[in-house]
Amino acid sequence: MKINLTINGKKYSPDVEPRLLLIHYLRDVAGLTGAHIGCETSLCGACTIEVNGKSVKSCSMFAVQADGADVLTIEGLAQDGKLHAMQEAFWNQHGLQCGFCTPGMIMACKAILDHNPNPSDDEIRHGIEGNLCRCTGYQHIVNSVKAAAAAGAGK
Amino acid sequence: MIPQTFEYTAPKTLDEAMVLLEGGGKPLAGGMSLIPMMKLRLATPEHLIDLGRIKDLDYIREAAGELHIGATATHSSVENSALVKAKCPLLAAAAGAIGDPQIRNVGTMGGSVAHADPAADYPAALQALEAKIVIRGAKGERTVSAADFFVDAFTTTLDAGEVVREVVVPVEQAGTGTSYMKMPQPASGFAIVGVAVRVRRGGGKITLARIGVTGLSNIGYRASAAEKALEGSAGTADDIMKAAALVTQGVDANSDLHASAEYRKHLASVYAARAITAAASKA
Amino acid sequence: MATTIIQTEKLVGKRIRRREDPRLITGTATYVDDIQMPGMHHAAIVRSPHAAAKIRSINIKAAAEAPGVVAVFTGKDTEKVGPVPCGASLPGLRVPHHYILAIDRVYLVGHPVAVVVATDRYLARDAADLVEVEWEVLPAVADPEKAIAPGAPPVHPQWPDNVAFVYHQEGGDVDKAFAEAEVVVKQRITSQRLIPSAMETRGVLAEWRGADRQMTLYTSTQIPHLVRTLVSGMLGLEENRMRVIAPEVGGGFGSKLNVYSEEALMGFVSMKIGKPVKWIESRRENFLCTIHGRGHVDYFEVAAKKDGTILGIKLKLIQDQGAYHQLLGPAIPTLSVLMMPGLYRTKNVRAEIVGVFTNCTPTDAYRGAGRPEATHGIERMVDILADELKMDPAEIRLKNFVHNEEFPFPTATGLTYDSGDYAAPLQKAMGIVDYKKLLAEQAEARKQGKLMGIGICTYGEICGFGPSPATPAGGWECGTVRVEPSGKVTVLTGSCHHGQGEETTFAQIAADELGVDIDDILVLRGDTAIVPYGIGTFGSRATAIGGTALYFALQDLKVKIKKFGAVLLGSPDVSFANGQVTCNKMGKSVSFKEVAAASYRAMKLPPNTEPGLVSTHFWEPPNFTFGFGAHIAVTEIDPETGQITVRRYLAVDDCGNIINPLLVDGQVHGGVAQGMGQALWEQGVYDDNGQLITGEYTDYAMPRAHMMPWIQSEHTITPSPVNPLGVKGVGEAGTIGASPSLVNSVVDALSHLGVRHIDMPMTPEKIWKLVAGGKN
Repeated sequence: MKINLTINGKKYSPDVEPRLLLIHYLRDVAGLTGAHIGCETSLCGACTIEVNGKSVKSCSMFAVQADGADVLTIEGLAQDGKLHAMQEAFWNQHGLQCGFCTPGMIMACKAILDHNPNPSDDEIRHGIEGNLCRCTGYQHIVNSVKAAAAAGAGK
Repeated sequence: MIPQTFEYTAPKTLDEAMVLLEGGGKPLAGGMSLIPMMKLRLATPEHLIDLGRIKDLDYIREAAGELHIGATATHSSVENSALVKAKCPLLAAAAGAIGDPQIRNVGTMGGSVAHADPAADYPAALQALEAKIVIRGAKGERTVSAADFFVDAFTTTLDAGEVVREVVVPVEQAGTGTSYMKMPQPASGFAIVGVAVRVRRGGGKITLARIGVTGLSNIGYRASAAEKALEGSAGTADDIMKAAALVTQGVDANSDLHASAEYRKHLASVYAARAITAAASKA
Repeated sequence: MATTIIQTEKLVGKRIRRREDPRLITGTATYVDDIQMPGMHHAAIVRSPHAAAKIRSINIKAAAEAPGVVAVFTGKDTEKVGPVPCGASLPGLRVPHHYILAIDRVYLVGHPVAVVVATDRYLARDAADLVEVEWEVLPAVADPEKAIAPGAPPVHPQWPDNVAFVYHQEGGDVDKAFAEAEVVVKQRITSQRLIPSAMETRGVLAEWRGADRQMTLYTSTQIPHLVRTLVSGMLGLEENRMRVIAPEVGGGFGSKLNVYSEEALMGFVSMKIGKPVKWIESRRENFLCTIHGRGHVDYFEVAAKKDGTILGIKLKLIQDQGAYHQLLGPAIPTLSVLMMPGLYRTKNVRAEIVGVFTNCTPTDAYRGAGRPEATHGIERMVDILADELKMDPAEIRLKNFVHNEEFPFPTATGLTYDSGDYAAPLQKAMGIVDYKKLLAEQAEARKQGKLMGIGICTYGEICGFGPSPATPAGGWECGTVRVEPSGKVTVLTGSCHHGQGEETTFAQIAADELGVDIDDILVLRGDTAIVPYGIGTFGSRATAIGGTALYFALQDLKVKIKKFGAVLLGSPDVSFANGQVTCNKMGKSVSFKEVAAASYRAMKLPPNTEPGLVSTHFWEPPNFTFGFGAHIAVTEIDPETGQITVRRYLAVDDCGNIINPLLVDGQVHGGVAQGMGQALWEQGVYDDNGQLITGEYTDYAMPRAHMMPWIQSEHTITPSPVNPLGVKGVGEAGTIGASPSLVNSVVDALSHLGVRHIDMPMTPEKIWKLVAGGKN
């Protein structure tokens, strides 16, 4: 099936099998390996990207469902070589260790601030309840979101 | 992680979808339950009919004292809708309790209701709201009450070829307090028990009580005995306790690793008491 | 002279953000599944749905003919591949032959029976469903105590008692201690099976180049060199012809401190098909086929005097080994025995381990590996003893700690604790939480019918694994410093970090020693073709041993730098500091960069000196290091639902000197989260047929952000004398301290109801029943 989509501002028009998961399209076909696969039950969030401005789990969506969509992945977050404030905050606050959950986690954290520029700790924690991290205990991630909020990362 | 092959069609109109569904297609809404099951090959549909491209299924609107939620309205749109928050806060609360933000961004009202997971959040609210489910089939439409819609775990009154077109809930009258409280299963986030309550007061008494319970048994249900006990009472703490104790009456409770039947029943009463208290405080 | 940045400010001890992060936060890091190669094939593995069964037949015809499939292999094809190795050696250890694909019988759910290789991962997965296996299902046993009961089905028919090994260890005079005891307390304490669940599952990509007779194996591992040594052996390939690369590794927690059948299997397949082949573990496979942790049933007895002095400890430890021994499985419970006296002075201990086969996933090292189980046991027992004697849990601990003047302290289990001030973190923690005030608050809460608990855990841990005689495969580490002609510094380490941050901490060490800018330093690891050899990252050893190896390599290098500097300056009287070789007499200096260039240009060599600036040091530690600390958890319980709220969590850890406090905080937080996961939520549960009920994230409750409390991390600092950095280790501290402090806290909250012990995880239902019934 021929589909058209825009990923990180660039247009793609692939021919895909209906069952091809969006995450596999991004990783194996489009060569964007930032989003990861951590489970098959839609519970870990490592594959989180934005589709039409909303954070979604790209392992639970077929590429054909994204036909016509505007997709943003971790690779498209930095602009003109400048890190997004959330990326910078994760770096400064040690919001990551092994880094595997990080691309999805950063996208989920960005989505929190997109809706709520100054979230409470509790709102941050619930905002990432769909993202598992086995390394950090989440505390430095919460700090990262607060730092990004303080830097004005929210819309 | 990899589903079996299937045919995929994304009709633009509901009429087109009806024809495809009559041919044996499986409807795909948000896919938040279906796609993981397909990846584990626990579901192997041969033809998916994606309802996501049908524009006139994604809406939330008010008409004649009721709110109409289109089948493909996402949980996050229900949760964040100013209309729903103002006119049917219980539904917004239940939507906000589902899964996680990413799942709520994709999962839909129609998909969730049609899937009829016994631990889903919506059924409790829809029962308490005495919601109507508008079903569209090849032969036309029919409307059933939430009470009649849910038949058993993962089983509804939907026939082959039928889909949920919309869910209709009442605009809450002034003086009605509502609350949804749940104990989530720690791994999945589904409800071990969830209790949705609507309470209205008048003349120093509880004039209306509606209590929906999910997670406890094979389907979300209305706790009629508890409602009756509460209605007409003064709604004191004691009245609430007595009513809450009745929410599990006659119910065959689920038992699994996360909660035995005995504990689930106990929790249902505790959460009922808390939700009634919270709702009553707002009534 | 060229301009040179002179580094004078010391970096060790500073909160520096990590140098590995830019690639990780931009999504450009390369994990195994991110690698694609021309001609790369994909493998899907057919696995047993049964915990115990005979294979009557396997029909691969349909699979072999399926679209895209190039090969299907079964156990008959791989029979000659060497067995998955067990590196642990214990007297009388029974080691079942662990074929990489089952031959005629399977021993656990997930046991691999065939591999399907196709051009595409979707097609490989499709074809895997077409492999037909005819099974003869056999009875299974999934509980270690049931497995050693009479009449249990044998996991391995040749050993009908299901006993894998029995191990005794004894120190002092236990019988005398118990005979003289004024009080003896006993308790059965379990430490349930846990699933390590690194967020990146395992993955292997094997690339065989037949014409060169060379293989490159990319694998998500903590131990690339050991994988090379062992997997090349399994495949009958000369070790120097295999290159193992651990690319970016998405967490391990011990689960990737192993050699797995799939590593050899992909090597085998690539050699057969002459193409690269990749296998990526699904999460379901990760639950079933990657090692589990813990799996203890412990019977503890503690003898004491009425004043709280501990006289002796007895332990019978039943270890659920699972169906096979993976790399270190049987060695893990022996670490529990080593650690069983905790921080306490008692010299009289007796332990017996019974390692038991079950039809379950093998258990092996999971964060803490034997030490959380031991600490949980002894710290629970000390609380039970305190309860029995109506003593304060802090007081009884202070009474029994090893005294400061007793270090180095030889323990009853044969260890020598290096250094410590065991009272310090406890006293600091009690001060921070205002322990007396908390006790008063608790008394008041009880009057009001509220359930509030204060839990203390003081722990010691064996860090820095370890002296080679005590560590399978050797316990040293290798560090190389290579100064390039331009003066840039490349550090090669045998440590194989996978999230811990040694690209930063090792660069801090090197920058300080060489006086160069940290940006001039690149730390490489995880590639057997680059690093001379290495043991790897596990057992809180990277900084203590890998960092020390690097430190000594740097010292050797500094000697050579001075020699070259002396030649350049024309004076033997030189010193090296802040990136400059200086002759004070002459008032002249040359920069590190100039020395580097001169060493390679080699116009004039110092006497008996080779050109270039490269130094390698293999460091063998003389002892383990022993971190310690005190954690305090304050909990509240909802009596109606049994739900536990962790109101406060304080960790005071002593990990010796700290290289980077920001990273140490991260280690503590993550460790506590895993310990809290065990205490409150996580459990690997099998049914009687050997099916893993908690075999997906839908049922295995991992800690999520909204479930975690705020963790306060504080420190005392007692440098280790074992290494010149004075470091001990902190990777596992949080995990070790968390579960006892939480269980002690909840038991404390319920103690007035007669509750003395609660097994983990402390689910709300369990707590509700205790509140309702007031029993344990």
